Amino acid sequence: MSTPVLELRNVVKTYRVKQGLFGKPKPLKAVNDVSITLQKGEVLGLVGESGCGKSTLAKILLGLEATTEGSVLVDGEEIGEQNRLALARRIQPIFQDPYSSLNPRKTIADIVSLPLRVHNIGDAKSREKSLRETLELVGLPSRVLNTYPSQMSGGQRQRVAIARALIMHPEIVICDEPTSALDVSVQSQILNLLNDLRAEFGLTYLFISHDLAVVEHLATRVAVMYLGRIVEEADVADLFEAPRHPYSRALLNSVLTPDPSQGVPDTQLGAAYPNPIDPPSGCHFHPRCPFAQDHCKTTAPRPVPRKGGHVECHLHDPEGPMYRPDFTV
Amino acid sequence: MNDMTKPLLSVRGLTLDIPMSNGTLHAVRALDFDLHRGETLCIVGESGSGKSLTSLAVIGLLEKNIRRNATQMNFDGTDLLTASKKQMRALRGNRIAMIFQEPMTSLNPAYTIGDQLIEALRLHKNVSREKARNRAIELLEKVGITAAASRLGQYPHQLSGGLRQRVVIAMALMCEPELIIADEPTTALDVTIQAQILSLLVDLTREMDVAMILITHDLGVVARVADKVGVMYAGELVESGPAADVFGKPLHPYTRGLLRCIPQPGKTERGAALGTIPGIVPSLIGDVKGCAFRTRCPHAVEACRDAIPERGEPPHKFLCVHPDGARAAEGEPA
Ligand SMILES: Nc1ncnc2c1ncn2[C@@H]1O[C@H](COP(=O)(O)OP(=O)(O)OP(=O)(O)O)[C@@H](O)[C@H]1O
Ligand SMILES: Nc1ncnc2c1ncn2[C@@H]1O[C@H](COP(=O)(O)OP(=O)(O)OP(=O)(O)O)[C@@H](O)[C@H]1O
Ligand code: SF4
Ligand SMILES: [Mg+2]
Ligand SMILES: [Mg+2]
Repeated sequence: MSTPVLELRNVVKTYRVKQGLFGKPKPLKAVNDVSITLQKGEVLGLVGESGCGKSTLAKILLGLEATTEGSVLVDGEEIGEQNRLALARRIQPIFQDPYSSLNPRKTIADIVSLPLRVHNIGDAKSREKSLRETLELVGLPSRVLNTYPSQMSGGQRQRVAIARALIMHPEIVICDEPTSALDVSVQSQILNLLNDLRAEFGLTYLFISHDLAVVEHLATRVAVMYLGRIVEEADVADLFEAPRHPYSRALLNSVLTPDPSQGVPDTQLGAAYPNPIDPPSGCHFHPRCPFAQDHCKTTAPRPVPRKGGHVECHLHDPEGPMYRPDFTV
Repeated sequence: MNDMTKPLLSVRGLTLDIPMSNGTLHAVRALDFDLHRGETLCIVGESGSGKSLTSLAVIGLLEKNIRRNATQMNFDGTDLLTASKKQMRALRGNRIAMIFQEPMTSLNPAYTIGDQLIEALRLHKNVSREKARNRAIELLEKVGITAAASRLGQYPHQLSGGLRQRVVIAMALMCEPELIIADEPTTALDVTIQAQILSLLVDLTREMDVAMILITHDLGVVARVADKVGVMYAGELVESGPAADVFGKPLHPYTRGLLRCIPQPGKTERGAALGTIPGIVPSLIGDVKGCAFRTRCPHAVEACRDAIPERGEPPHKFLCVHPDGARAAEGEPA
């Protein structure tokens, strides 16, 4: 296999949070020993419930947060503090909210060309050229150049955000819920655009979303996160057709396809939401897992390789006492 | 579902106008719908199409600048158009309960969960604190909150978003409402919690014969929960009918377009281009004539500028100049 464009090795991010007014700060492992690799042209979908650490992971990749432990590699080279700016040229973000991520007092031209000015790329003339090319790429007419974000629709604003990310010709785009604030009629335009850009420029995406149907549609590989860990990672077809981790399975069961002959599915999950400051012992998922046994309460499952990734669950560990080779869904 | 019996809620010709500096915004135009006990009506549609305003109009919580007109708005024999403020207050939170997207709009940060649940009941019903407290615990358990008794002393900020929304749902159920109006109740929640909360609401409507209006833009939610569907576009109900009909044989070009926009696992090919509805919603300020969807409709013709006839076989109705809503034009049998 060729060198991955992006790699995380055993990354840990610990925040210190206070509970209550006078409490002593306690460590919260938002990202807990995560390793992932992204090959050029891949779309890695990252899913998992609110607070599991998806955005923290994205911020680490963007250099907006430092890692507590572990390393980030781009094209096999470790990214240290000193070359953050260089990293920013190659990895660009598209965030969820096209309303608040655009400065309301700047024109579209200012907003989209800002990265070029920050990184001191080109002269006024070449910047103008890049600007027009990029707008065309994302399907915005050049007459919007001198308008303000408030004069645009949600879909147009998200195109502006995408243009701002693409003007740097990044290799990797980190999309954190890029369409969840949009109407479905607008969402489909943006998803098509992201797909076209990938085909045309070989872009690599990390795609974070709560909408599993969207992830299934766009991703080539999927990572499922629970309480700071990637509990399962696999090629998209394998994950959606044969999820192995009980949490992945519950997630997929919760997807509501527009099929009126079916009712609301039973997730079979308990409602015992974990406290990230004081995570459950053993397998972090055990209090909600319908298959948990005593072994799960005491021992954390190790990652077991599977095609395109791994799974962390005792049911899938051939060397463990709970191994059930027949356990597929 | 029984169309013979009298509907619990009946709305005819609901129109909402909002005076703006540059003219009148015709936010909701001539809406008709009925809802029976035990029935769930889901309203879907583009952002800004008037879904939330419609529900606020029913419970009389519109902002003062909005003018409401209707030929009929009846809740179980009470005329909501002429009801006094006092009568409306007696209905709200009692026989008609509301759940909004953001749980903090319904919770007071200064009071404990327990106090708020107990008050919700004692405001309308003459029961002891003890009884109210027991009911609060019972309902918190029902919405899937463990160690319910110990939660009563907690403040809203001590709970996660998902837990808060469950508390709001428990609060809405304290008085055993006959109608629940839920505006995007699960949009801010995770998919697993969304499924848990929706199945809870569905069970309630079935077991206790509660009627529900559920507003969402998630077509998956609609398909799984609705008995009836109303599709709104630019202030109008462009298509409505039994869920199986609207999903099985969508007629209005907007409904058909919407269903093509979403990836449908098993149906759409992974990575293939999704359908789109190019263009944007027109301004509803000033005179609105003809079909508001015509600027984005692939089947628009000259006649779409004129008054649009209501078509279809009740209860499955739609608004379009094309008698089959362009099913034939899209290569499907009529
Ligand atoms: N700056 C911070 N200080 C302290 N704790 C933080 C900080 N940022 C995030 N956290 C905590 O880290 C955990 C992971 O948060 P993160 O935002 O990465 O979750 P997420 O998976 O993106 O959730 P969502 O789906 O809701 O966006 C959460 O428990 C969160 O409360
Ligand atoms: N108090 C108000 N004053 C002026 N305009 C208003 C007011 N309330 C709502 N509107 C406008 O009325 C229209 C319908 O709003 P409504 O909130 O019902 O939309 P919606 O269908 O619920 O949309 P969403 O899916 O975004 O929640 C919108 O154009 C909105 O901007
Ligand atoms: S290790 Fe045990 S608790 Fe964890 S997911 Fe597997 S079966 Fe469930
Ligand atoms: Mg996030
Ligand atoms: Mg609304």
